[in-house]
Amino acid sequence: MRPFTYERAASPADAARAASRQPGARFIAGGTNLLDLMKLQIETPAHLIDVNRLGLDRIEPTPEGGLRIGALVRNTDLAADARVRHDYGVLARALLAGASGQLRNKATTAGNLLQRTRCPYFYDTAQPCNKRQPGSGCAAIGGVTRQLAVIGASEACIATHPSDMAVAMRALDAVVETVRADGATRRIPIAEFHRLPGETPHVETALEAGELITAVTLPPPLGGHHAYRKVRDRASYAFALVSVAAVVQRDGSGRVALGGVAHRPWRVEAAEAELPRGAKRAMAAILDGARPTHENAFKLTLAERTLASVLAEARG
Amino acid sequence: MSRVTLRVNGEERSLELDPRTTLLDALREQLQLTGSKKGCDHGQCGACTVMVEGRRIYSCLTLAVMHDGEAVTTIEGLGRPDALHPMQAAFVKHDGYQCGYCTPGQICASVATLQEIEAGIPSHVTADLTAAPQLTAEEIRERMSGNICRCGAYSNIVEAITEVAGRPA
Amino acid sequence: MKFDTPATSNPIDQLRVVGQPVDRIDGPLKTTGTAPYAYERHDVARDQAYGYVLGAGIGKGRVAAMDTAAAKAAPGVIAVVTTLDMPRLGKGEMNTAFLFGGAEIQHYHQAIAVVVAESFEQARDAAAMIRTRYVREPGRFDLAAEAPKAQLASADSGEGSGAPQEDRTGDFEGAFAQAAVTLDETYSTPDESHAMMEPHATIAAWEGEKLTVWTSSQMIAWGRRDLAKTLGIPAENVRFDSPYIGGGFGGKLFLRADAVLAALGAKAAGRSVKLALTRPLIANNTTHRPATIQRIRIGAGRDGRITAIAHESLSGDLPEGQPETAVSQTRLLYAGANRLTALRLAVLDLPEGNSMRAPGEAPGLMALEMAMDEMAERLGMDPIDFRIVNDTQVDPEHAERPFSQRQLVQCLRIGAERFGWNRRSATPGQRREGQWLVGLGMAAGFRNNLVMKSGARVRLHGNGAVTVETDMTDIGTGSYTIIAQTAAEMMGLPLEKVTVRLGDSDFPVSSGSGGQFGGNSSTAGVYAACVKLREAVARRLGFNSAEARFEGGQVRAGNRSVPLGQAAGEAGLTAEDQMEYGDLAERYQQSTFAGHFVEVAVHAATGETRVRRMLAVCAAGRILNPKSARSQVIGAMTMGVGAALMEELAVDKRHGFFVNHDLAGYEVPVHADIPHQEVIFLDETDPISSPMKAKGVGELGICGVGAAVANAVYNATGLRVRDYPITLDKLLDRLPELA
Repeated sequence: MRPFTYERAASPADAARAASRQPGARFIAGGTNLLDLMKLQIETPAHLIDVNRLGLDRIEPTPEGGLRIGALVRNTDLAADARVRHDYGVLARALLAGASGQLRNKATTAGNLLQRTRCPYFYDTAQPCNKRQPGSGCAAIGGVTRQLAVIGASEACIATHPSDMAVAMRALDAVVETVRADGATRRIPIAEFHRLPGETPHVETALEAGELITAVTLPPPLGGHHAYRKVRDRASYAFALVSVAAVVQRDGSGRVALGGVAHRPWRVEAAEAELPRGAKRAMAAILDGARPTHENAFKLTLAERTLASVLAEARG
Repeated sequence: MSRVTLRVNGEERSLELDPRTTLLDALREQLQLTGSKKGCDHGQCGACTVMVEGRRIYSCLTLAVMHDGEAVTTIEGLGRPDALHPMQAAFVKHDGYQCGYCTPGQICASVATLQEIEAGIPSHVTADLTAAPQLTAEEIRERMSGNICRCGAYSNIVEAITEVAGRPA
Repeated sequence: MKFDTPATSNPIDQLRVVGQPVDRIDGPLKTTGTAPYAYERHDVARDQAYGYVLGAGIGKGRVAAMDTAAAKAAPGVIAVVTTLDMPRLGKGEMNTAFLFGGAEIQHYHQAIAVVVAESFEQARDAAAMIRTRYVREPGRFDLAAEAPKAQLASADSGEGSGAPQEDRTGDFEGAFAQAAVTLDETYSTPDESHAMMEPHATIAAWEGEKLTVWTSSQMIAWGRRDLAKTLGIPAENVRFDSPYIGGGFGGKLFLRADAVLAALGAKAAGRSVKLALTRPLIANNTTHRPATIQRIRIGAGRDGRITAIAHESLSGDLPEGQPETAVSQTRLLYAGANRLTALRLAVLDLPEGNSMRAPGEAPGLMALEMAMDEMAERLGMDPIDFRIVNDTQVDPEHAERPFSQRQLVQCLRIGAERFGWNRRSATPGQRREGQWLVGLGMAAGFRNNLVMKSGARVRLHGNGAVTVETDMTDIGTGSYTIIAQTAAEMMGLPLEKVTVRLGDSDFPVSSGSGGQFGGNSSTAGVYAACVKLREAVARRLGFNSAEARFEGGQVRAGNRSVPLGQAAGEAGLTAEDQMEYGDLAERYQQSTFAGHFVEVAVHAATGETRVRRMLAVCAAGRILNPKSARSQVIGAMTMGVGAALMEELAVDKRHGFFVNHDLAGYEVPVHADIPHQEVIFLDETDPISSPMKAKGVGELGICGVGAAVANAVYNATGLRVRDYPITLDKLLDRLPELA
């Protein structure tokens, strides 16, 4: 871990200003991913801005009938919130499928969105990685790829996004609210928040330098059957091989987003029209254009079968 | 160097430390409270579990400076060899440990797990999200899954926790 | 004392303390976090500096240059020692890979430097400043690809598992060709990591020429000898101290880089140094259980009697390494006149392969006991009946050599009854509960019992208490407790009157902990010392030692009764002895047996396998402490579930390293993977083994359980996966179509 200076921000706008003032500054909230990466010098911030005491830890109803989730709401608290449990089951389920009790107690809503990949080559600093060191190459391509992306990858990067929560939020059409150094705020639809790797896999989100997430809003409840099915090798405390977030209505229509398959939560809205015709048709459309490796081609079958299982449950 | 004051097991402790110091290293090295273990230093094993402001966390994945003024409970704060906490006594009785290295983390997590069920916090295996979670072996296993025991004492640990949970308050 | 004739009755048979399920005596320390592990010894060696170990970033080649200028100039840095600062160090007798020194890189994450600084944070940061230039060389990283070049090789794990390079009895090929029913299948097991919770850690301090290391080691005498040899100093100048060990499973049998680099760092810094291997370094820097490719052929008559059995195993290791002895149990487990085993070894440039819990038998039985399940099906027999038909009470290669005890059939029968085996459908894929396919599987468990020379010193104090000292280690096995039970039984004392001190090389040399020989061997050593102490007590009190009875803190003979402490006098009374063994192990085959039973559910859509019930029925001699012995067995069963379903070090075959080198990437079972586990110990004493009449049990629990899981998966789904671990991707394409 490189040395850094540390400050505690007084307000969201202060935090954003401090970040824009200091090159190489990073916000720290839960810290469960950032500190992990700092120990390995994959992240080397010169300055840490502690945003934990900014009061962004409330869950409030929006005038539209949705929910506004403060950026610092801990994963445990979000999953335990009565409104989330009742109206946004897919989100509660996704949160509870992630990490462990200890991590969920610390990890925040904003931090969860900003998690970096668990690609083992990203984590091993002796290996080239375009995400860690732009232009150095990708050791994962042609290597051990069982966990890695099957769709939306590039010649530069085949990493996946590790979050469960973000997959559910993608299905729910959440919106990310931010503040910039000049105090300006903006709302970024989650579909535009996470990027595909392309030629610049180190650029992972739509955030600008110093831009601070203040909240995530959820549109009014969708009703229907909510499911988040996470498939992994061991039964808990593991990242997804494939996960399926689904909200299915009585008439068989619905929404589906996938985790564990791409550099961002994967959802193809146009493909959802196929849902009433079953998992095979729907998943073929969702994963149209997939280019798996020999080691991870099973994810295509797994995604389809997992969706079939979810749809069967939704039918009761 | 940064100055930080922690309330550790009920006692105010002021420390001068490198801001890079994790809460775990502050406990183990500065305060010489070595009951919290370093199994991985990356949040992958649970041996460093402590309670901060009443909630269990991995002390390896947080900086000591981020907890200025906060209350930390470690395994040393739960009980002593001659005055065991009921959970510690249950672990001894049910042989819920072998090498002992993950044990303090398991015990801190066990105490927190029962509190979390009591507080109605759901888990991955809670069947009905809108109802209060039940105190079942399946719930205990899921909630304890962030604490790895490579010796494989899991079956006994669940029995120890179950016994403590069933004990009248 | 020498044990060369079967035991007759002795004080242990009283079973007042021995054989009782007492709580571990180290429990209060371990559950309160007050048992000190290696890195935590703030009570020893003043002024400890922090070391940080750097590993090589290539799989094979040479270090061309290292630039340490920035690291040396970094804040707080006291010393930097690199592998280029010295020629290659000596190699310990138990080591295959070199641990430090010189330019050659034999494997990924081989230690190439240690940085010593005032704080951990400073040492870690400075280590990252070292710039290393490598010359890469092509390496051999793919076991299957190297198979054609593999050579026959004999091996002895040193832990009761071993085989000649090729071992023939009768005419295997002829009998196999003529057999009415045959099986010829190939099975594979992956590289596995010990993943013990406490990383390898050492505090080292020099006083002149004398070196003390507070470390985490299963084998004190080996470690001391090999550290001295590696550093080129006399063994008597080295002291090893390891009273608490946070798990080993074979990973701490041998000297590792932590002790070497703490010693070198401390020398360079002129201060005591403490360091631990970081978790991401451990999988590649240390040892692992090597992957195997095993071919098994079985021929039998229609009556199910095996007429021909062959087991051949291929594994890889660095030059001068050994094969995994995966065929060892096949020489002894089942009858059959015509037999063949063979071991082949390919040279690989991956990290060192070496012992991990039940080396040989653990992967060997994963293959053999799956083959037996397949063979039973081909014969149309119940898998338990098939095993019972082929039971043998003698060494199948040497009919004149009986087993000292062999209750495998009883284990299987009792297990079948307790587990509800009769509810298993012989036709697979029949039982469905919602979206889950449910199946039962079983396997035989087998592991040899080994006895090792082991010494102890016992001191009687004036207050009637006893202190036992031996360099035996407790790696979670319960050594503290069973040693205390042994001394209490021998001296007629309650458990609280016995203090046990372990893990210090100043104490008499013991068996150490490995190969499930530690419990029986170390307590037999304590028995020997206590026999000597009893004689000394009797002499001092003027008793005839043959008549003296030790009970309730008193020594009695005729109508005289004297408090035990009275014999100690002011100075106390000390006795030291060791137990050595004659040729009983040659005359009798000593082994332990189990029946493993598992119920699994496999998700019909996703192929996820979850274990629902587990039972092990064990025949392993006298059980010295049913509570801690049971824990040994359930722990091994848990590791067996990991091996069956999830554990695999993933090899990057281009660059030669284990990619998933941390505890997030290398998945071991968590709480949610393990159901309630049942263990039954058969009532058994084995007087051929030792005066304790006990046998090893710490590894028996893993032997066979992986195959029982695999066989249950087959019973649930009708799908046979011969390539461990049985992850869902290997089932998915063959699971039933979904609606």
